[in-house]
Amino acid sequence: MGKKTISRRKFIVRGALGTIGVLAVGTYVFRNPLRRKALQLVDTLDSLYVGNISDPMLWFEITKKNTVVLHSPKVEMGQGVFTGLAQIAADELEVGMDQINVVHASTDSGNIDGISTGGSLSISSLWYPLRELAAVTREVIKAEAAKKFGTVISQLQVSNGIIHFKGMSMSYAEIMAGVKKWELPKETPVLKELKDYKFIGKPIPRIDLQDKVFGKPLFGMDAEMPEMLYGAVVRPNRIGAIFVEADTAQAESMPGVVKIITQRDFVGVVAKSYMQAENAKHAIKVKWKVSRKWQSEDIEDMLKVGRGSSQVIQVKGNVEDSFSEGDDVVTMEFKSPIGAHAQIEPNGVVASVEKDRAIIIISTQVVSITRKEVAKSLGFKEDQVNVIPTHLGGGFGRRLHTPHAVQAALMSRAVAKPVKYFFNRQEEFQNDMFRPPTHHILRGKLKHDGLIETIEHQFSSGDVAHNSAFIPNSALPVIGTDFGAVRGAYIRYSRIPNQRVKAWHVDLPFATSWWRGLGLLANTFAIESFMDELAIKSGLDPVEFRLRQINDDAAGTRLKAVIKAAAEASGYTDEVINNSAMGLAASVDTGTPCAQVAEVSIVDNEIKVHKVTCALDPGVAVNPDQVKAQCEGAIIMGLSASLYERMYVKDGALQPTMYGPYNMALMRHAPKEIDVILLQGIDKPGPVGEPPLGPVAAAIGNALRRLTGKRANSLPLTVV
Amino acid sequence: MKVSFRINNTVQTIHTDDGETPLLWIIRDVLNLKGTKFGCGRSACGACTIHVDGQAVRSCSFPVVLAEGRTITTIEGLGTPDDPHPVQKAWIDEIVPQCGYCQPGFMMATAALLNNNPIPSDEDIDNSISNICRCATYYRMRKAIHRAAQLQSESNDNK
Repeated sequence: MGKKTISRRKFIVRGALGTIGVLAVGTYVFRNPLRRKALQLVDTLDSLYVGNISDPMLWFEITKKNTVVLHSPKVEMGQGVFTGLAQIAADELEVGMDQINVVHASTDSGNIDGISTGGSLSISSLWYPLRELAAVTREVIKAEAAKKFGTVISQLQVSNGIIHFKGMSMSYAEIMAGVKKWELPKETPVLKELKDYKFIGKPIPRIDLQDKVFGKPLFGMDAEMPEMLYGAVVRPNRIGAIFVEADTAQAESMPGVVKIITQRDFVGVVAKSYMQAENAKHAIKVKWKVSRKWQSEDIEDMLKVGRGSSQVIQVKGNVEDSFSEGDDVVTMEFKSPIGAHAQIEPNGVVASVEKDRAIIIISTQVVSITRKEVAKSLGFKEDQVNVIPTHLGGGFGRRLHTPHAVQAALMSRAVAKPVKYFFNRQEEFQNDMFRPPTHHILRGKLKHDGLIETIEHQFSSGDVAHNSAFIPNSALPVIGTDFGAVRGAYIRYSRIPNQRVKAWHVDLPFATSWWRGLGLLANTFAIESFMDELAIKSGLDPVEFRLRQINDDAAGTRLKAVIKAAAEASGYTDEVINNSAMGLAASVDTGTPCAQVAEVSIVDNEIKVHKVTCALDPGVAVNPDQVKAQCEGAIIMGLSASLYERMYVKDGALQPTMYGPYNMALMRHAPKEIDVILLQGIDKPGPVGEPPLGPVAAAIGNALRRLTGKRANSLPLTVV
Repeated sequence: MKVSFRINNTVQTIHTDDGETPLLWIIRDVLNLKGTKFGCGRSACGACTIHVDGQAVRSCSFPVVLAEGRTITTIEGLGTPDDPHPVQKAWIDEIVPQCGYCQPGFMMATAALLNNNPIPSDEDIDNSISNICRCATYYRMRKAIHRAAQLQSESNDNK
C-alpha cells in the first residue's frame, strides 16, 4: 500500500443518522474507490468490498458518553464479524473495546454492502478500508484537539478515546461537541504496524456474548411492530408445481382471519395470531399442476458427468497423451447428496407498507438486494424502502435469497398494517435453496518415484452461483462456469505436470444454491479421497505423498505447512491402533489452506469420530478465539454432512421435511476433542468461515479406508 | 378460556380461544418474552425448551391449557447479567454462542439436566442433551456443561 495524496473536500453537515447525541464526522475521500476495486480484482489475495469506503460518517458515530457506534454493513450470523470489526476499528480509533458498540446498518443509514455478507470475505475485504476510515476519524479528532489546546498534533497523546496535552485532557465527545467544520488530514494516515495493535490478534470474547446468553431479542424472528398481524403463505410441496386455483371459503371464516390474499403466484393469509394464520392456511385447498413426479433416480441420472454443459476450468501439460500411454490409470467415482441448510431460525420478516414508505425488518445476507426487490414489487423507489437487518439465527448461504420479504410487503399493503411472516419447518425443508448433489470422476497416473504424473477431476453439479439474486440471467453466458460449484474443485498439487479439471453443469428441476463452502465439501471429498488412494498405491504415507506433489512457491509453502502441522500435532500414523485409525485431508479455499486429521473408529457398526486436528492458515487471525470457533463449527457441520445428512426426492417431493428424519449431528456425534492450530503465512487476514469445512469428509473417509480396507465413495459415508 | 401460571416468578393470567395453542406462542407473542425460540414446532430441535415445574419441556408442543397452575421458567428467568445462573456463567466463560439462536434452549436443557444430575458424565450429556445447533457449537457446549456442573457444585458447597 503506497502512500497516496488525498483530495480534500469541504465538510458538509449532515443529519446524524437520526440518533440523538451523535457527532457527525466529515465526508472524506482519501482514495479512489474505483481504483481500489480494480486493484482488488487484480490482486486475488485482496478481497473485494462493494460499498462505501470513503465516508467515515457513514461508519462511525461518537456518542455523548464518549463511545463509538460502528454501523456495520456486514450482518452478524454467528461468524463473529461484529467482534472482529470492532477490534479492527478500535485499534485505529484509539478507543477501548468497552467503548465501541456495533449495530447493523440499515439501508436508510446509507452504509450498506452492495452485494452480500458471505463468501467468508467480511473481515478480509474490510481489513484495509476499515482501518483507514478509523485512522482518518482519529486524525480529524486530533486536529480539532490541537486547535483547542493551542498546540500541534504531534504534541498530543491519545488513549481510550481521551486526548492528553500537558496534564490537560478532553474526551473525543468533548472535543467534537459543537464542531461544524474541520480540517481533514493532509495525507492518508499511516496505519499502525501489526505488532502495535492492542486488540487485533487477541482472543477477545465476542461482543454479543452477554446478549446471546441472556436471551435478548436480537433476531428477525423477535421483531415486532405496533398493531402487527401475522401472515402465512401456502407453498407447494411438489417440485415444479404450478398454482392453478385456491378454494379459500373455509379459511375466510376461521377465527382471527383478517384477509386472504391471492396474487398471481401465491396465496397468503393474514390473521391476528400466528396459530390462526397457520390454521387458516391449512384450511385453504390449493390445486397445483404437477407435470412430472420426480424421483431421486431421475436426479442421479441427470447428474452423471458427461451430461449437461461443460467447461475446462484448469489445465496444464497433456492429460490425454499421458493417459493413453500404458494401462495403469486409476479411475474412481464419488457422489454427494442434496443438502439442506437447516438453520434453526426460519426465514422470516416483518414488513410495514404505508402509502409511500416501507419498512422491512429481516434476517438476511442480502440487504441491498432485498431493498431492490421489495421496491420493485411495490412500485416504489429504492429510497422509499428501509431494510433493517437483524442478527441472523444462522445464515450458511440460506439467506442470500429473500423473496419472502416481497410476499410480506404485499400482505402488509393488502391489510394496511405491519405483517410478520415466517416459514414453518416443513416449508423450510421443502423450499430450501439446497446444496446441489454432485458426481465426480477422477483419473490419475503415478510415476515410479511416488510422484503423480497426471490427474484429472471431472465433476457435475446443479446451480450454485448461477441461481443467484445478485447475478442476472443475462450475465450467465459471460460468467460461464458456475463459480460457486467450482469451489474446492481445483487441483492444488502444483508439481503434478499434467492436470485437468472439467466442470459439468446441469439444470436441476428444483432450486439449488449457496451452502457454506459451496462446492468445497463435495469437491474436496472427491479429490482428497482419490489422493489418499493414490498414496496407498504408491506405498508412501499420505503426508509424505502429498508433500511431494506440491511446489515450493508461495501458495505451495502455505499448503505444505498446514499439512505438516496437522500431521505433527495429531501424531499422524497409518497404523490402526486400538481399532482406531487416522485420516488426513487438505484443501485450499478462497486462498486459505487447511489440513485436518480425523481419528475414527467403528462402534456398533456406526462411524465414530473421536478427535479432529485442524491446521488452518488464515493469515492474520483478527480474533484467534473466533477463528477457532469457526473451525470447530465447520468441522462438526462438515461431519454432520459427511455422516448423516441427505435429502432425497420421492414422488415429486423433497424429503424429509423435519429435523430427526433429516438426520444431523447432535451432541453425542460431536468429537470430544478438536485441536485447532493457526498458522500465519501472510500478513493480512484471509477468509475463515468456510475453508475449514473443506477437508472434513475426506479426512473421515480416509480414516475409514484404513479401518476397513474399503473406500466409501458416497456421502453420507457408511461402513462398506 | 383463562389460564393462570407462574412464569419467571410472576403470576400471569392469559385469555385464549384455543387451549391447544402451544405455550411457546403465548410466551413469545402474548407475554413478549422472545428468548424462547421457534425452530420446528414438532419437539425436534429443542430451541423452545423451557422449564415447567423444574423439568425441561419443549414449549412448541405443550398446549397452553396444560400450563394451568404450573411454575414456568424461561431463559429470561434463569439468570441475569448481575446474577447469572451457573450455566450462563459457564456459557460466557467458554464463549459458546455463535449465531446464538438455539442457545437459550440448550442452556435451559442443561440447567434441567444439572437439577436432576449435578455432575453428569459425558455419556449422561450425550443421552440427555438432544437439541440441535446448526453452527455446531457442541464442542464448547460440552466443556461449558462440565464447567457449569463444577460452578454449581462449588456454589452449593459455599451455601
